[in-house]
Amino acid sequence: MKVTSLFAGLFLASAAVAETPVLTVYTYDSFVSDWGPGPAVESAFEAKCGCDLQMIGAGDGAALLSRLRLEGSRTEADIVLGLDTNLTAAAAETDLFSPISLSANYAVPGGWSDTYFAPFDWGYFAFVHNTDLTAPTNFRALAASDLKIVIQDPRSSTPGLGLLLWIKTAYGDEAADIWADLSDNIVTVTAGWSEAYGMFLEGEADLVLSYTTSPAYHLIAEEDSSKTFALFDEGHYMQIEVAGKLATTDQNALADQFLKFMVSDDFQSIIPTTNWMFPAVTPKNGLPDGFPQALSAEQSLILSPEQAAAQRSAALDEWQSALSQ
Amino acid sequence: MLRSVVGGAALIALLIFSLGTALVVGLQGRGLGVLNSADWSAIKFTLWQASLSASLSIAMAIPVARALARQSFPGRQALITLLGAPFILPVIVGVLGLLAVFGRAGWISAALDWAGFAKLSVYGAPGVILAHVFFNLPLVTRLLLQAWMAIPAERFRVAESLSAAPWAYFRLIEGPMLRSTVPGAFLLVFLLCLTSFVVALAVGGGPRGTTIELAIYQAFRLDFDLGKAASLALVQFLICGTVSLLAFLVPLPQTNGLGLDRVLQRLDGWRHRLWDGFWISIAAAFLVLPLGAVLFRGLRHLLELPPQILAASVTSLTIAIISTALCLAMALSLSLAFARRGALARSLAEATGILGLASSPLVVGTGLFVLIFPYAQPMAFALPITASVNAMMALPFALRVLMPAVQETYGDYLHLRMSLGMGRWIWAKRILGPRLRRPIGFSAGLAAALSMGDLGVIALFADPDLQTLPLMLYRLMGAYRMDQAAATAVVLVVQSLFLFWMFDRGGRRHAAFG
Amino acid sequence: MLHLDRLAVQQGGFSLRADFKIAAGDRVAVIGPSGGGKSSLLNAIAGFLAPRVGQVLWNGQPMPDHPGERPLSILFQDHNLFPHLTVLDNVAIGLRPDMRLSVSQKAQALAALDQVGLSDKATAYPRDLSGGQQGRAGLARVLLRQRPLLLLDEPFAALGPALKDEMLEITRQIVQQAGVTTLMVTHDPQDAMSFAEYAILVADGHADAPAPIGPLFHEPPVALQAYLGRRAP
Repeated sequence: MKVTSLFAGLFLASAAVAETPVLTVYTYDSFVSDWGPGPAVESAFEAKCGCDLQMIGAGDGAALLSRLRLEGSRTEADIVLGLDTNLTAAAAETDLFSPISLSANYAVPGGWSDTYFAPFDWGYFAFVHNTDLTAPTNFRALAASDLKIVIQDPRSSTPGLGLLLWIKTAYGDEAADIWADLSDNIVTVTAGWSEAYGMFLEGEADLVLSYTTSPAYHLIAEEDSSKTFALFDEGHYMQIEVAGKLATTDQNALADQFLKFMVSDDFQSIIPTTNWMFPAVTPKNGLPDGFPQALSAEQSLILSPEQAAAQRSAALDEWQSALSQ
Repeated sequence: MLRSVVGGAALIALLIFSLGTALVVGLQGRGLGVLNSADWSAIKFTLWQASLSASLSIAMAIPVARALARQSFPGRQALITLLGAPFILPVIVGVLGLLAVFGRAGWISAALDWAGFAKLSVYGAPGVILAHVFFNLPLVTRLLLQAWMAIPAERFRVAESLSAAPWAYFRLIEGPMLRSTVPGAFLLVFLLCLTSFVVALAVGGGPRGTTIELAIYQAFRLDFDLGKAASLALVQFLICGTVSLLAFLVPLPQTNGLGLDRVLQRLDGWRHRLWDGFWISIAAAFLVLPLGAVLFRGLRHLLELPPQILAASVTSLTIAIISTALCLAMALSLSLAFARRGALARSLAEATGILGLASSPLVVGTGLFVLIFPYAQPMAFALPITASVNAMMALPFALRVLMPAVQETYGDYLHLRMSLGMGRWIWAKRILGPRLRRPIGFSAGLAAALSMGDLGVIALFADPDLQTLPLMLYRLMGAYRMDQAAATAVVLVVQSLFLFWMFDRGGRRHAAFG
Repeated sequence: MLHLDRLAVQQGGFSLRADFKIAAGDRVAVIGPSGGGKSSLLNAIAGFLAPRVGQVLWNGQPMPDHPGERPLSILFQDHNLFPHLTVLDNVAIGLRPDMRLSVSQKAQALAALDQVGLSDKATAYPRDLSGGQQGRAGLARVLLRQRPLLLLDEPFAALGPALKDEMLEITRQIVQQAGVTTLMVTHDPQDAMSFAEYAILVADGHADAPAPIGPLFHEPPVALQAYLGRRAP
């Protein structure tokens, strides 16, 4: 038992019962927030597993991997949920993950096969803005405008990393120039997605890096049609979010059960209207009304995990040095 | 004998904590070659912002201190007391307040927007410098005010009776005082801004506003690049070490208990009054508005406090109390062991105090992490490590207060004690104890408040289910739940001030001797 | 002639009244218990303390408001010299507070130093001077300023008896020679006797008119008796 939880137990008389097995899932903050999928997923899984599912928010997606590296083989986590394909190659290299065998009827564009990770949702990165704004249609126009944007740090956030690779994929060697031109549009670089999106909603920026599916949240959950996304003619970089099982888990069967649950309809039907992403397996009842269409193949950009891993370090250096000027 | 052993042990513990961890970091580092252009930008930015923050703080503090020294007005004493607040105010609360006033969604931007101007952009260098001036302007003002008060009243009268014109007046009186005070004050602020972390984390705005301290944190938490973190930590240690050496040559201004309640001289010219009034209003507004904004918003939303506030409070208070006990134990044993020895021993003890000031929490944290990692899960030691590092960060300030008091007591009464044949116990209980009560109370209050507000090492070591109040506040800001953040800020400020007040008052009560 | 015309000053809760004249060239000791108002009297004359009622007149004219424009010099017990200025500069600021001396002004300052026996200390700093020498440097500045009124606030109280006597004697010679009207606050009846011709008793917020010092000490009034105790000279 961790010293910290022991400590908390002293004061809070923790009600944890020793006999119930505990499955610890590290995930990103917005997944476990009150309005995220966390609460519904937890009650749905606990109803059938006879276990205590503890989902711990550990920053944004990219911070999850750093966190696992910090904890190494001593990590408490059994499952990590919320990495994406831009990180899976680096994650596999840590030797911290265990191979999984899981099959499902994935609706992920391009299909799916991976030794260590299974997808749970996917989407397209996009800049979200209010409908009363005349949005730019590509990065050059955005950089030339005096519109203010909020983006996320690629070292801690998967959208941040996605943007990095989006620009790299679209512009190649010119990516550094794009970043240099963009730097005066950036109000601030936040650690995670929630922080950036919150700032946008409070009016601190004109556009925020998010997903093509984000406006659906406002439309469906709040009946507010004032948000939309800017369609870029370079195409939109895709994100496929995945989960994996830790090699050090002491709840092997339970972890497998959770992964199986993850690609089942119970879990997948929660995703569209809580995580506001395309589910990895299309639910029986389809997508809700008001959910956007998938983009065409020509409009979709994505690097393979190996390509992403190979590009990341150089792209990160470019980003850092362009923005530190 | 016992005193020397305990004092020596405290000294060794301190050296291990500061120099030892730096050594570990140095060995772990992969040299300066691993630093990329962004890292060098961070190093340049750190030095640049620290120079600018220190210069601006001093340039503004001079007219404010002068105004406070020569004008008497209702609320003057309250304002001077308030000037002491930012030092013990949790940095993250100050940042929240500054955003409420100067942020894009803040009051000034709203006014500018209404008047048809562009909104303020506070993220990046402007925000970092603004926050540093917010925290250090009051500190420098108090230091300068003390120096002004320490000028013998006769000097002012001699100058006045000679009919000295303003410039001659400045050369005769204020010039020399500033010449002896400003370099020390500059170095102190420079040093404090060098190791700034929370400000850059919250309003740095990305790579353009990254300090070395923040870069260490990012190399560590975001890249898990221990070698790079160590190389950056080495750079940080070298810079701080150099500045501390300078600080050792230029004595840092003493914060003694000179009464600030008298007004020195009255220059009744209306131009002076107008000028002084202007600076006093600027300083008061700059201090009161951000704090007022947070507290006002927090009080309105106090009922929306998240339930974790209780656990976070308990964690914060526990760390603060352990850290205070540690800090006092170290400061007392160092003061007692070195107070009676020669000047060399005293400057050694003083130097160790400055070492504490120069050590960056994240360098120490990195060193400890590297030490623990091969054997255990470092996160499990988050609480003891945070408490110890906080104690070390407060130590220089506790030493500044305790050392002179111990020296004075021995200087004033040692001969009396000997001639009366007073035993050690009676001496400790009847003379030393009561005489030290006040400085002990004050330094305990300081150590506790500083620990309550800390958000440095804890950010490095914290796991998601461990919260201190500042960490919780930062996470709430991260989730952009500003109302709850403000409410948490109220709880944090109340607890910090309460701890400070309780310890300080405990020291004042029954203090038999002035 | 110095005239305190129904003067009353107030400082905090303390007030002092005075109503008398002092003839030009007189040397007057100001004596009385601590807290009686001796320093307040000097501060009022010097202009550091504005009168609540009444006025301070010099030769029938009200004195200017600003201390620097009043026809007087003042010496305190301590801190008369600025530690960061040379002895010469400390004296010269009596003429030019901005220290921009013409050749002749510099010569004047050196002459004043010579007169008090400090000509070899012109380039020294106050910290290099003995207590007596510091007192002399202060006197040199008084000389240089050539103001007709001199206020001394316990000027040599920190010196030893022999040195103090010597300084009082030098001061007496200087003011006598120049015909300077002098008020000196002192605690020591002996000093008062040896320096002054008249004495003002300040007690309980009231400054008496000056009285010839010999008879005053010979048959002291009640307040003075209480102050002197058995130390009457």
